[in-house]
Amino acid sequence: MKYIIKKLFMMIVTLLVVSICVFLAFNIIPGDPALRMLGTEASPELVEQTRQEMGLNDPLPVRYGRWLFGFVQGDFGTSYNYKIPVKDMVISKVPITLTMAVMAFLLTILISIPLGILTARHEGGLLDRILMVTDQIVMSIPPFFSGILITLIFGMVLRLFTPGGFTNYTVDVGKFIRYLFFPSLAIALPKVAMTVKMLRGSLLDESMKDYARTAYSRGNNTNGVLYRHVLKNAMIPVITFLGMALADMVAGSIVIEQVFSIPGISRILMTSISNRDYPVVEAIIMGIAMIVISVNFLVDVVYRIVDPRIGLEE
Amino acid sequence: MNSYKKAIHKNFKENTFFRWGCIITVLILLLVVVGLFWMPYEPTAMNAAEKLKGISLRHPMGTDNMGRDVLSRVMYGSRITLLIAAGTVAIGTVAGTIIGALTGYFGGMLDEIIMRIIDALFAFPSILLALVIVSIFGIGWIQLLLALGIAFVPSFARIVRGEVLRCRNMDYVENARLQGVSDFRMIFVHILPNIRGVLMSSILIGFNNAVLAEAGLSYLGIGSQPPYASLGKMLSDAQQYMFGNPSYVLCPGIVIVLMVLGFSFLGEGISRWK
Repeated sequence: MKYIIKKLFMMIVTLLVVSICVFLAFNIIPGDPALRMLGTEASPELVEQTRQEMGLNDPLPVRYGRWLFGFVQGDFGTSYNYKIPVKDMVISKVPITLTMAVMAFLLTILISIPLGILTARHEGGLLDRILMVTDQIVMSIPPFFSGILITLIFGMVLRLFTPGGFTNYTVDVGKFIRYLFFPSLAIALPKVAMTVKMLRGSLLDESMKDYARTAYSRGNNTNGVLYRHVLKNAMIPVITFLGMALADMVAGSIVIEQVFSIPGISRILMTSISNRDYPVVEAIIMGIAMIVISVNFLVDVVYRIVDPRIGLEE
Repeated sequence: MNSYKKAIHKNFKENTFFRWGCIITVLILLLVVVGLFWMPYEPTAMNAAEKLKGISLRHPMGTDNMGRDVLSRVMYGSRITLLIAAGTVAIGTVAGTIIGALTGYFGGMLDEIIMRIIDALFAFPSILLALVIVSIFGIGWIQLLLALGIAFVPSFARIVRGEVLRCRNMDYVENARLQGVSDFRMIFVHILPNIRGVLMSSILIGFNNAVLAEAGLSYLGIGSQPPYASLGKMLSDAQQYMFGNPSYVLCPGIVIVLMVLGFSFLGEGISRWK
């Protein structure tokens, strides 16, 4: 419990540091937000009045406090370009991006753990060598290119889905999930490759240790040693990696959404960046950072449950 | 030196990963180096008569939607991609090493503060960090280089800090300290050369990540602007024509894959050095 509280405290500190960095980054940029909202034709009086209304004349720490307070309460500011609350722009897109990330995560686990065990069991054999080379190649394919390849193979040659035929979850959840399967696969592939390699190495390391030999000499067969003893220990580094991977997948979906023309968070983020619509960019970046940091916290807690030794060492 | 040559020769013969890593990397470097002196066509020269042609003798990688030769564009694009990746790793390594070495060596309050910030940045996916920087400084390849460079600092700083912490209490450092070596000399002359192995492997991994990140970001349209294009931008331009002319999208994509694959095979080969 003490460990969890300590980690929770660290998470809050990290979140505060991130929020300060993000806030500072977007507030030291040259250019007057009031002028941006009103356009360059606006009269100086009107600009001054708007500055007053937006609270831009207050000192930086006051503005930071107000922004943070608003953020915690779910007020993410107002878009410069569309003059509507950022929340309204973003909220309906969140499920799309999150569904994709979670699906990619599940795919990673479902594919990589059996494959990792398989290669480790056939260490040095033909199957292992083929899988390891394939693994290395898959790792080198950037997700957006594997997205393009998947579209070519599954969309054009096999006709399993219609490229660009995205259906929103409000219309048909089944079709929504089916369409998202392929982008999720594209996000998952490089992570699958990394997880397989890691699990293989970890399993081989663990199986060399004394406890594995003891388990053998007590009459366990290979499966018994593997599933009842070695696998549990071998999973520990893999769990940390998977946690980081899940966080990465949320960010990685930005590129993949563009590849499969999915109208998720990414499209808003990219247009807002090129339009310099800072409140939107700020809110989305903070949102993703919050998800990433919370996931890392959860991984720490899970880690602790899987391996009680960790708390004792600190 | 001779034994060094022999070891490379031996590994080239027996170490499959190292051999293929060398071959692929040399091929890619050849593509870039030849491109410096000679390209089959001007990469920006348009030819309305030869739009979206497939693979042929005249155009080994086909042509794009404006009739430009894809091979020439790939040659030019891989030069940009390699340059940005190399620059990114250079910024990340130099800044990361200095920050990591100083914080690890001196410790104390400053270390606490800097490491908190580094941790926070580390928790931040590098693609997002780069997007923040690009949205502040604008779009272009210099901004992209800067953005990626900064995004790569935390991981290098962490690695170097950990290594310096490990070395700080070793006997040879203690010995040098007794001889009255200054802190500056201690860090850069005594400790850093001892962690070069770890640094080398993280540079190789970092280089791959930089190529992938550059490709991803220029795919999103951040980075070098038309008419010149890096490989990622070419892919996003080509994507809408992929059903009519797959070679236009496949060629730059395969070059990116080979670039990353070559370096990861090299890294894998070095880790299995015989």
